[in-house]
Amino acid sequence: MAVAVSTSDSDPVAPEGEILPTTSKPAGGGGFRSHLGSLLFLLPGAVWLLIIVVYPFIATVVRSLYDGSGQNFVGLSNYKAIFSTTDIIVSLKNNVVWVVLFPFLVTFFGLVFAVLTERIRWSTAFKTIVFMPLVFSATAAGLTWASIFFIDPHTGMVNAAIQGVSNAVNPPGLYPVDPTSGQTVSSLAATGVQPGPGGTLESKTTVSAGGTVEMGLIAISPVTLQQNGATTATVPAAASGAITGLVWRDFSPTHPGVRGQVLPDEDGIPGVHLSLVDLTGSSVATTTTASDGTFKFANAGSGDFRVQITANNFQAGFNGIFFLGTQSLTPTSTASPTLQAILSLPIVDIAMIIAYLWIWAGFAMVVIGAGLAALNREVLEAAQIDGASEWQTLRRVTVPMLQPVLVVVFVTMLINVLKIFDIILNMAAPSSQAGAATLAVDIYNEFLSPTGAGLAAALAVVLFILVVPAMLFNLKRIRG
Amino acid sequence: MTVQAVPLPVAAPPPNRRFRVRPSRIVLNIVLAAIAIFWLVPSIGIAIISLRPNGTFEQSGWWTVLTAPAQLTFSNYQHLLSAGFNAGGVLDSLTTSLAITIPVTILVTVISSLTAYSLVFGRWRGRTTVFLLIVALLVLPLQMALIPVASLYKVVDNATGLHFFGSVIGTIIFHVAFGLPFGIFLMRNFYSGIPHDLLEAGRIDGAGEWTLFRKVVMPIGIPALASLAIFQFIWVWNDLLVALIFLGSSTHITLTMYLYGQTRALANNYYIISTGAVISIIIPLIVFFAFQRYFVRGVLAGAVK
Repeated sequence: MAVAVSTSDSDPVAPEGEILPTTSKPAGGGGFRSHLGSLLFLLPGAVWLLIIVVYPFIATVVRSLYDGSGQNFVGLSNYKAIFSTTDIIVSLKNNVVWVVLFPFLVTFFGLVFAVLTERIRWSTAFKTIVFMPLVFSATAAGLTWASIFFIDPHTGMVNAAIQGVSNAVNPPGLYPVDPTSGQTVSSLAATGVQPGPGGTLESKTTVSAGGTVEMGLIAISPVTLQQNGATTATVPAAASGAITGLVWRDFSPTHPGVRGQVLPDEDGIPGVHLSLVDLTGSSVATTTTASDGTFKFANAGSGDFRVQITANNFQAGFNGIFFLGTQSLTPTSTASPTLQAILSLPIVDIAMIIAYLWIWAGFAMVVIGAGLAALNREVLEAAQIDGASEWQTLRRVTVPMLQPVLVVVFVTMLINVLKIFDIILNMAAPSSQAGAATLAVDIYNEFLSPTGAGLAAALAVVLFILVVPAMLFNLKRIRG
Repeated sequence: MTVQAVPLPVAAPPPNRRFRVRPSRIVLNIVLAAIAIFWLVPSIGIAIISLRPNGTFEQSGWWTVLTAPAQLTFSNYQHLLSAGFNAGGVLDSLTTSLAITIPVTILVTVISSLTAYSLVFGRWRGRTTVFLLIVALLVLPLQMALIPVASLYKVVDNATGLHFFGSVIGTIIFHVAFGLPFGIFLMRNFYSGIPHDLLEAGRIDGAGEWTLFRKVVMPIGIPALASLAIFQFIWVWNDLLVALIFLGSSTHITLTMYLYGQTRALANNYYIISTGAVISIIIPLIVFFAFQRYFVRGVLAGAVK
């Protein structure tokens, strides 16, 4: 088994031969009988193509000039609608994003892989691995990549990786408060606590050596407390020369309305980082609460202090990026929402392009690899003998010689992504479907809509017009 | 290189020998190994997700099996297969996909061969024009045909009481039409390499076109036919758009439609989606590994679609 396209094919698909056999072949026997006979061979294919491809092609062009019902001629108004409907312009924008990024990237990866695999011993295995996703449907591949880009860092691989790095660089607190979901640190303050500077909380009253402080917080999840090993809160005892106190969850399930008392079914909040700050605001000592929520600053010294719950307790961890959602890589601006939607570069486009690269890079690699194998080795060797480095040979000799193949791959992929459809349906979240749609998706949606047939036909014609340059390219290439 | 020549990698001297062994070679091997792993991870991930119990996808990553392999189970597969061949089940979708893909593959290969034969060995005028028209059709978006063909099916259905729209038959007919340009293109390029003298000899001996086609041209064309068949099989097997249009109203749906339907059904059904995805991938993978060389050739020749 080998993707090893390079060797031992004795029966090529496309043998070198005359490109367009002419009619000047020796006429030989046959005459009228074989003339008619060979024409009959054409019949099934011709009839099939005429009824299901050629006639519908013309009918679609005509249909695009009629309204949704198909009864009324409306001229070019379906086409006007295309370029005045924001949703459709957004789809055209997405087609542009795909067309600008994907063919270039896939050709680049294909070239890099094709060149690099020539230099390793296990190139067959490598090619097989990279080539394999080509047989997967865009549906299955899209669903697979949707799981990889899943938002929850516990289950989505990409977010898990980002979280790993993020936690190492910037460890989250035990009691994270997520501002992106509207939580604030100050909303946690219940009893004897007030918001302090820089996202901290601090004791309302000042305290001096021998005194005690009780600080009650609410909106702390009991699950979090349990995970952190919380036990029942105990009222702190005063200690001479020290400042003692308690940080506890000031919420009793049996007395949900009562604040300010340490009740028997209330838990201490363990592991809270505290700082003893003097009245100028500078920290003189730090400590951490015990499992029952108590703490003690021994040798507090003289003067009045406040106890501060430092901001790092509430540092939110990385909660995952919704790669398949509506987020955009372009910043929000003062431009109108319509204009912003048209100019936005949705993050989901990038995620889908990565998935699509995973499918198609093997194709580019194999086609370019075949071109590479067919290159004139003598030219390459001459370059090396003349002292060109591998890099110079690649840039100045190999790539220019490969250019025709690179163009073929590029154009093939260009046509492919102009029609991009199934990966969007299966990968973008429901919320981002509209923002990630392309022409092909719009055609499908308009097709399903009871009054959309006219617009769908016009969109199909636009798609066809976009493909025409590639069609001409192929014709030119084949005529030689 | 021209299209004809999407050149078949002719035996090149083993390229490795030209290069001396350097430390950079070790780095290169490591980098390529990392890329290979990156390329494998999605497939491994979806397979493992399908082998973990229902409900675990939302709780922990599939990579936790590395430390807790005991959680692997076939329960998702049992669950999906327990629906049997009833409509809406994964096995019904599997058979629907086969019921579409196999006839399309056969029809496209046979009809393409006939047409290509006529284009290469026929003596009627306008063959070049017809061939160029077919090349133009290669990249025609099938969206250009959906609406009229759907209308056509509905008209015929109303007139005859048959079911083309919303049926496997209608889907097959559409797929064949859009498989033909590539099939004809590929087969024509192959037949162009067969010496005309071979046929002339047969003609002088009195063989008819049909005989020449069956006894001379078809046997020579088998490698190309195999490439075309495999390429076509995978192409149709993986289609979603045509199936959604022509089978959208049917109770029997293809595997890709089944998967797409699951993404729309519930939020927490990744145990079904992953298992269905793996089931849908099995047959193309078997085809791929069994006929890799032919598939690669089809792909090389297909660098136009």
